[in-house]
Amino acid sequence: MHFSDINPWILTLAGITVIATLLMGFRSAKSSKSASDFFVAGRSVSVGWNASAISGEYLSAASFMGIAGMVMSVGYDALWYPVCYACGYLFLLLFIAGPLRRFGAYTIPDFAEGRYDSPLFRKIAVCFVLFIGFFYTMPQMKGAGTTLAYIFPGLPYWVGVAVVGGVITLNVALGGMKGITLVQAVQYWIKMFAISVPIFVLMFVYGGYGKNLSLNHSAADGAVPPAIEQTIGSGNAIRHPLPQKAPKDEAWISPFGPLTTKAAKAAGLSPEETRPLSLLYTFSLIVALVCGTAGLPHILVRFYTNPDGVAAKKTTMWVMILIGVFYVFPPVFGVIGRNFLPELYAASGSKGPDKVVLELPTLIREKYGVLGSILSGITCAGAFAAFMSTFSGLLVSMTSALAHDVYGRMLKPSATPEERMKMFKWCAVLVGGISVLLGSLVEPLEINFMVGQAFAIAAASYFPLLFMSVWWRNMTMKGAATGMLTGGLCALISAAVVNVSTLALDKGPMGKVFSSFAGINDFWKAHPLLRILAEQPAIWAVPLAVALMFIISKATRKTVPADARMKMLVLHAPEALGLKQEYIQEQQGPAH
Amino acid sequence: MSDTSRPDPGFIHSDAFLHGLMKRQLRLSIICGASFMLVLLGLPLANYLAPAFMAQRVGGFTLSWLVLGVLFFPYVWIISKIFITRSMALEDDEVKRAVAAENSKI
Repeated sequence: MHFSDINPWILTLAGITVIATLLMGFRSAKSSKSASDFFVAGRSVSVGWNASAISGEYLSAASFMGIAGMVMSVGYDALWYPVCYACGYLFLLLFIAGPLRRFGAYTIPDFAEGRYDSPLFRKIAVCFVLFIGFFYTMPQMKGAGTTLAYIFPGLPYWVGVAVVGGVITLNVALGGMKGITLVQAVQYWIKMFAISVPIFVLMFVYGGYGKNLSLNHSAADGAVPPAIEQTIGSGNAIRHPLPQKAPKDEAWISPFGPLTTKAAKAAGLSPEETRPLSLLYTFSLIVALVCGTAGLPHILVRFYTNPDGVAAKKTTMWVMILIGVFYVFPPVFGVIGRNFLPELYAASGSKGPDKVVLELPTLIREKYGVLGSILSGITCAGAFAAFMSTFSGLLVSMTSALAHDVYGRMLKPSATPEERMKMFKWCAVLVGGISVLLGSLVEPLEINFMVGQAFAIAAASYFPLLFMSVWWRNMTMKGAATGMLTGGLCALISAAVVNVSTLALDKGPMGKVFSSFAGINDFWKAHPLLRILAEQPAIWAVPLAVALMFIISKATRKTVPADARMKMLVLHAPEALGLKQEYIQEQQGPAH
Repeated sequence: MSDTSRPDPGFIHSDAFLHGLMKRQLRLSIICGASFMLVLLGLPLANYLAPAFMAQRVGGFTLSWLVLGVLFFPYVWIISKIFITRSMALEDDEVKRAVAAENSKI
């Protein structure tokens, strides 16, 4: 590793982000005293702070780096990701956010237990917090490894993963969630700044969004390509020649491109046979992302930090605006990157299109010197903010599940608040360690793709559970548990099988580790439809979960909780009527 | 109301109130959700059925790209704004109704 390769601006700005994050964590560690402070920030976070914090937590490495990389490598089809990431929130707002807040439980397992009076169900729900959490940490870890490998050329990928994982784990173990709310909110604004400022400069220098898109010709534009203006105003839109490995313009800019046709292409199907499969892929992806957003455990926890249901709704509105504005920008990086950094197509892993957000601003250096370095430093700082904030949020959610649910309720219900706080710290270290281990395995997988899988699992497990429990009075615990387990496990297994078969194709060290799974790829070639259904399981797993919940609940209708009506009332009655029960009352016990 | 030996559970605790409330809430949510899903699921279908129309250029963008990458976000903001306004009005209304029913019994 040559230290002369390191860009001092990148190092400084990224360093400031990391140090500021740590300092905020340490400072708030002093002010968070009680267990309630630790778990849901004392439930007293204002709408503005909470909306920024939710957005900060939500805009992960996938949003910051993955979307741009994916738009660059597959074009139009990747646009579904940012759109559904942002708009899935609407589902949360419409069906889940208000009732869940009124019910007043700390975590999803609390809700599962409270709604069905079943400690067993709590255990099942806890397992899913961990499953989805670990699936979602893997892409964040890849983001960390990629960014560090970019800042320090020559640094092995896994070292980056371990360093970032260690730092955040320390932060969470010391600060708990109260620290995280402040940190997350600040990090949203860092990310927003880091994605928007460089893109405006890039558009000024290299031409606008539409102009760069217009350089990709499709058959629909007619035989004669529209004249490419050499220099109009500030824009200078000349593209670099695309390498062999890059997708052709037509496939890139049109719907049903390389992402959704990959399985059918591998099977050698004709274009006519491929199109319906692509449509199916697209629909399944939409279901996964929209329902998955509404079921993401680490996001849901945060709704409990609103003082009341009205504030929870207002928060969701603001979150939608904050993340919606953000999500317009990453695809622009992908579009400009395709025209000006086509050499990234040739590489893979942490050197491929996933780093286009970091690499693109350095192009400015040729024209404006140090400005390019500063901009690149800003995007690197944004990337740090991205994976640090999402990973902290996940870590808090998974650690709470372990400390609050497994330890505090199952293993040692008599634990004192001090013991629980201590356990929280140890669990954070454990979860952080496992995340680093998993993260170092997934270098060959695309960041955004892995996030999509986590969403599919959430969509098939938590979303049906929450949706049905909130709106259907006759749900039973057995119905809810069967549906959630079957749907979630089916999605989980499908995702895992697809991942190991992809890893088996890798030319690097991971290909050797997973080489025994290479045979699955021959099966995919013979059965493209099954490959699509395994890669995007939401379209069958979500209805399966809902149907199972319905059928099993009908079959076991004698076990509908006796006070189901009261529970529905608490979920739905406006808070002004004073029906709100606090599910956990610190110190006072269960008295109402 | 019919006389019972137990203390009157009150209108708020009646089935009628819960059913009416949930029905109104669900109706609002479903209307908003459907107008969202219509566009979200309609767009791939439009791409499938009318590829040439969706590929026409609007300021450099293809129509499909413009709708999905830019215009969809404000559309969702409008839906959520409408939902929040309506749902808060609905809750205020239900509170008034419940309070009035409780008072009329006393």
